[in-house]
This record gives sequence, C-alpha cells and structure tokens, in this order.
Amino acid sequence: MSLALPAPDMARAITRISHEILERNSGSESITLLGIPTRGAHLASRIATSMREIAGQEIQCGTLDITLHRDDLRLRPPRALMPTNIPPLGVEGRDVVLVDDVLFSGRTIRAALDALGEIGRPRTVQLAVLVDRGHRQLPIRADYVGKNLPTSPSQVIKVHMTELDGVDEVTLEEGEM
Amino acid sequence: MRHLLSIADLSKVEALSILNTAETLSRVSDGPMKKLPTLRGRTIVNLFAEDSTRTRISFEAAAKRLSADVINFSAKGSSVSKGESLKDTAQTLQAMGADAVIIRHSASGAAQTLADNQWMSGSVINAGDGTHEHPSQALLDAFTIRKHLGHDGDDLTGIRVAIIGDILHSRVARSNVLLLTMLGAHVTLVAPPTLLPVGVESWPVTISYDFDQVIESVDAVMMLRIQLERMSEMFFPNAREYSLYFGLNKDRLAKMKANAIVMHPGPMNRGLEITADSADSARSVILEQVTNGVSVRMAILYLLLAGSQELEFSL
Repeated sequence: MSLALPAPDMARAITRISHEILERNSGSESITLLGIPTRGAHLASRIATSMREIAGQEIQCGTLDITLHRDDLRLRPPRALMPTNIPPLGVEGRDVVLVDDVLFSGRTIRAALDALGEIGRPRTVQLAVLVDRGHRQLPIRADYVGKNLPTSPSQVIKVHMTELDGVDEVTLEEGEM
Repeated sequence: MRHLLSIADLSKVEALSILNTAETLSRVSDGPMKKLPTLRGRTIVNLFAEDSTRTRISFEAAAKRLSADVINFSAKGSSVSKGESLKDTAQTLQAMGADAVIIRHSASGAAQTLADNQWMSGSVINAGDGTHEHPSQALLDAFTIRKHLGHDGDDLTGIRVAIIGDILHSRVARSNVLLLTMLGAHVTLVAPPTLLPVGVESWPVTISYDFDQVIESVDAVMMLRIQLERMSEMFFPNAREYSLYFGLNKDRLAKMKANAIVMHPGPMNRGLEITADSADSARSVILEQVTNGVSVRMAILYLLLAGSQELEFSL
C-alpha cells in the first residue's frame, strides 16, 4: 500500500478546485454543488466551505444519490440507499457541479446525469473529482481534478476522509489480478 | 433474501433495512423524481386469487414507480376459475418470463408452496395467504408507527401497540405481532375470547378482554376488520354488542394518550369496529398507511429484485 495523496496535498487540492470552480463560472451566484454519497458528499461540503471563504458568499450545496439509476445493479447485491438532498434553489437553470471522490469507469457519473435529468434542466453540468484514475468506459471527463493518478485496473484506490475514517488521505493498494 | 413469504423468515437487520430503504424511497417519491429506472425490463405478476383493492394497487403502483412491467392476474375471469392448479398457473407464468410473483391466496401457505417447488425461478412475495401472514402490511404498519412515534433508523423499543378485534382470522395481526415484537414494541391483543386463536398464550404479547382499560396506556391502536366473509359461526352475539365492547368510538378516542395514533389496515366497516368520526379524526393515520404502503413495497421490490440474486444483502 502506498500513500498517493497525504492530508496537506488533499487540502491544497480542495482549495485549488474551489478557486477553479469560481474562476470558470465568474463567481458563485449560479453554482450548485451536488456531492455523490458517501465521500463525494463530504467532499462537496468541504469545497462549499472553501468557496464560501474565498467568495464570501453562501454556496448552494447538496447531495445526489444515484443508486437507483445505476446500470450495474444486477451485477451486485442490492445496495443501501443514501439520501438525496437538493438545495433550495434547485437545479433548474443553475451551473451544477457534480462532486465525487474517484473517477474511474465513468458509470457513476452517467447515472448521476440521468438522476439530474429527472430533477430538472441545469444550464451546465460540470464535474469535480478528487482523483482521476483513468480506465474510462464511457466518453466522460472531469472539469476539475485534484490529482491524476495513473493506475492499473486491478489496483484499488481508497479515499479516506476525517468525517468517516478519522484521517484525510488517498491510498493506492495492489489488488489481486 | 430472495422471497418475502413471512415475517418469521426475516431477521431484525433485514426488517430494519426494508424500513430504512422505504424511508429513503418515500423522500424520493415526495421529491421531483416520481419515476425511477431501477427495475426497467423486469416483469412482475400480481397473482390475486382473492379479492383485494389496496394491496394489489399498492404493489402495482410501487412496481410502476420503479419502471417494472406489471401483469395483473386475478382468479376471477382467469383459468383458475376453470380449476387450473397453482402449479400449472405458476409454470405458465414462468414460461412468460416473470421475474417475481406477488401472490394473494385464500389458502394459508400458498406463497410458501410456490417458493418451495421449482415451478418458477422468480421471487415470490406473499401478499396475504389465508389466515397465516401478510408481511408487507406489517412492514408498512411498523413504518407508519416509527414515523409517528419513533425515530428514523431506530427500532420500536418502548412503543406500546394494541391490536383490537378478530385476531383469530387475521393474517395482519399475526404478521404484526411477529414484526412489532421483533422490533422491540410491546403488543397487547384485545378481543373477545372466541376471536383469539388456540395457543395465543405462547405468543410474546399481553392479552386483554377490556378495551377501555388498555386504551389509556397505548401509543397506537390497530383496529382489525371484522371479516364478515369468515363469520359463518357465532363468534359474538351481534354487531351492536361487538361495537359496544370492542369498537373504537368518540368516548374511547378521548381517553387515548396525547400523541397516540389510530390505525386500520382497511377496508373498514364503518360503524362496526370503528365509528366514522374516529376513522376521520386527527389521530387517524389510516390514509397515511396507504401512502406508506407504496414506499414500503417499493423497498421490498428493490431489495428483492434490483440486485443479483446470488449475492446476499447485508447492511
């Protein structure tokens, strides 16, 4: 097991993503952050806190559970559902930034786009991830990336967050082939 | 978990996971996402060999909200009324590619028979079998009780529930006794001795013949329907006497605890086991039970059908 992103680098990545989101969207008024549970949701609220400090304004931040829209439900045991919590201004006409911890096959994001489409029609949809590990199976890319991490498909990336795991770090483990 | 045949087969973890999943799904149906793609391409058969409105419609609504295809099949007007056996019916449904069968039958154990024999490969969900069990009703009742008197994610420890009426013929009562006591609630059965089943002393419940004494101390009263179709023998002298001793009326309603709720699985005999003003009072959660029924049945269908059946669900 190796440490791919220690806590200080993770904090810097979150701050940088926050700046980039504000820069790209010329401010924070139109932005709605939606984190994908579980770790994406915590990441979104950290980015929201950071953006609030930078812009000095309240940030719309919520969660979007995509379990019911997954295309791999039949391949796994049933999953527990997580809460979806859309902030008060909704998604209609907003610049929605989806937030997830790891971008891998892209299937989670496809499901998130479907789930989002059921709720409303955002003006734009952008994607922020802490780690992009490659191996996409769909034509999806992230707009904001904390760290690009070249991996082999059998390796396992684990994102640990203080809220859940007591520590901030990203680790890379060798999986069995 | 592959079938839902009886509450007796469920563990506490499984029961709570159904309730918690229903909680999330009820928030989804309240929100903007009315229809979910989760069970697209799955076929669910409603096999109802006994009359039902709300259970059948509730399962149908739940299945449709998850985008499953629903085939309704009632005994009346089908080959069952020509004498076709359950086996032949099941094999026919299998040949048509049903992923799940929701069965209501007048014979106790019908759902179990369907699941035990290899007539079909899909999931079997018991929607009421004779006087045995009605698990989805008990789950929606527990869900409703928890919503009003408990906390999200918790069990029902410390909550006192009274079930009043025809315990003898009631599959709703049987499933509820099993589920509510498993979740930690205290259950009191109130009925005339003629309407209590043999062996009720061994159930984990308190038994009372005095409704007035019980009503002051419980958090929820669950009124059972007097099943006129099963009342061929003399279980009580007449309907007026039954209402007097075991019916819910304005006077008894006034004695209930401040937050206590009134439940009824429906259909109601207004004026017999429950007066119209009690059924429509502010304490009544009877219509809410119907609404919650759809969320609970969505949760059951999701947990049984969405994932791979070879792998076990765990929390």
